[in-house]
Amino acid sequence: MSLRVTDLKVHYQTLKGEVRALDGVSFEVGDGEILGLAGESGCGKTTLGKSLIRMDGRMRHIGGRVELDGEELPVGDDRRMNPFRFHKVSLVPQYSMSAMNPTRKIGRMVGELLRSRGVPLDAEKLAARLDLVGLSPEVLGRYPIELSGGMKQRMVMVISTLLDPSLLIADEVTSALDVSTQKGVATALAGFRDNGVVNSMIFITHDISLTYQIADKIMIMYAGKVVERAPAKVIVEAPRHPYTKLLIDSLPEVGVRYADRRLSGIPGGPPSLLDPPTGCRFRDRCPLAFDKCAQEPPAAEIEPGHVVACWKA
Amino acid sequence: MMLKLDNVTKVYRTGAFGGGSTTAVGGVSFEVGPGEVVSLIGESGSGKSTLGRMILGLTPVTSGSITWNGTAVRPAKSYYREVQGVFQDPFSTFNPVFKADRVFRMIKEVYFPEVPPAEWAERVRASLADVRLNPAQILGKFPHQLSGGQLQRLLIARALLLDIKLLVADEITSMLDASTRIDVLNLLAELKGRGLGVLYITHDLSLGTYLAERTIVLRRGTVAEMGPTETVFTGPKHPYTRELLAAVPRLREPWQEAEPIESCLYHDKAGTGGLLEVEPGHYVACARLAGCAG
Repeated sequence: MSLRVTDLKVHYQTLKGEVRALDGVSFEVGDGEILGLAGESGCGKTTLGKSLIRMDGRMRHIGGRVELDGEELPVGDDRRMNPFRFHKVSLVPQYSMSAMNPTRKIGRMVGELLRSRGVPLDAEKLAARLDLVGLSPEVLGRYPIELSGGMKQRMVMVISTLLDPSLLIADEVTSALDVSTQKGVATALAGFRDNGVVNSMIFITHDISLTYQIADKIMIMYAGKVVERAPAKVIVEAPRHPYTKLLIDSLPEVGVRYADRRLSGIPGGPPSLLDPPTGCRFRDRCPLAFDKCAQEPPAAEIEPGHVVACWKA
Repeated sequence: MMLKLDNVTKVYRTGAFGGGSTTAVGGVSFEVGPGEVVSLIGESGSGKSTLGRMILGLTPVTSGSITWNGTAVRPAKSYYREVQGVFQDPFSTFNPVFKADRVFRMIKEVYFPEVPPAEWAERVRASLADVRLNPAQILGKFPHQLSGGQLQRLLIARALLLDIKLLVADEITSMLDASTRIDVLNLLAELKGRGLGVLYITHDLSLGTYLAERTIVLRRGTVAEMGPTETVFTGPKHPYTRELLAAVPRLREPWQEAEPIESCLYHDKAGTGGLLEVEPGHYVACARLAGCAG
């Protein structure tokens, strides 16, 4: 098992009180596995990604344990996390456009970054990695502004993984890209796993159809909790949680026409996480809700590898 | 009621002293009729938003003409009564220090000063009902208290108050969540049933097909392919359209390698010899179809 997260709770401190962005999240990522993490805005997916590498000033680790390759990851302790960052866990951020130093040529910037971590630059390895994502070594002599969005995103992917981290977190890496570029970048990410550059990956996106293309397993989050986790094919073809079902049904796909098949959204909105309701958090919007939903549904493994938190599943 | 674009071109001056130039849109012609949804699909830099801005009179055209019912489009009150735009980011469209429904009052002040307040309130209520917003949840709120979907629908309601005939919707759902996105699309479909023409500008092919009768695929400022949505999506002729369709991630259908395109000028040339009608209403700008040996 590469990553094991148990009952992780992370809250944001705000003037109005604690926002329970992650409220008891448990999951595992196997060796060589890509876990797709999907959900709508505010469900806690980015918070989860950030919690595993660096919490910002407003985030507080309230409880729960994270284990990476059998070793505890001190997620709540900024200082003790330092040796793990980039060596063990690394992140590809969403805005690669602003991730690189605009005043340095890329090659020089990479050298400086590596030096700051006390690692010598291995030119051969760098060239091999660039080749893996389909960039020419020429880019090292250019400034970030001279690269297109897709190229910048690939370059950041290469930089993030130069220290061969065990776990790579990719947060919405393709959401600012065009469809054809998106395909290239997503395939290159999967290539990192296939070529053993990283051991496992968490691929965060709001786009389930995209996750489906590269992830082995998909985890769906809602209002700070995991509602369903299963192999990608199962999530898409036989989801069991009502939220997953409704979410997938609301996706317009190429070829679906309003005149032929009318899709519908999910009425209502997610609850406030300042003071989340007890019981199932989806119950106000759920067509299947019944009185038992006032109690919190446990995450039950209904089939090997398929976990659902719903009384009706 | 008809919007007509004839050979519209937009050239931007670039460089420190305006010495260079970039052709953002080069010779685009199409029409949008009443009750018709036309989707304009393109990737970044294809000129799709520039087209939208030119139609709304926010940017002048360099050459060619845009006409609304036969008269040239210019930014005038009478034009905006009939044609309105809604844009991508609902959070930046509203002034954050004004209550969101103030946009309604501004419409009244500018366009309908003669309408008595009671009747106006009734009109506002009706247009909010059209976009399925509950007035109690909206009126008197600041933009940050409303969700993106609510704000976007509020903007559509505002446009409806003017009794518009054409809506230019530029990426209006790209900032919305999947569960609310479809509500906005269904709303547009309903309005179309009542005779509203919609130019739906998007980079997302699946959203484009859901509504539109006709699809226009833009590439580098020119039309690569256009025609009835069904035809374009089931039998794309231009290699670019094929490539786009192959790259769209779909559920239950893993990505395939795009079918290889044997010697095609598209890979070497940006411009082509113009549009060729391959079947009724289906136009393709492909040099290969236009008599290339490949």
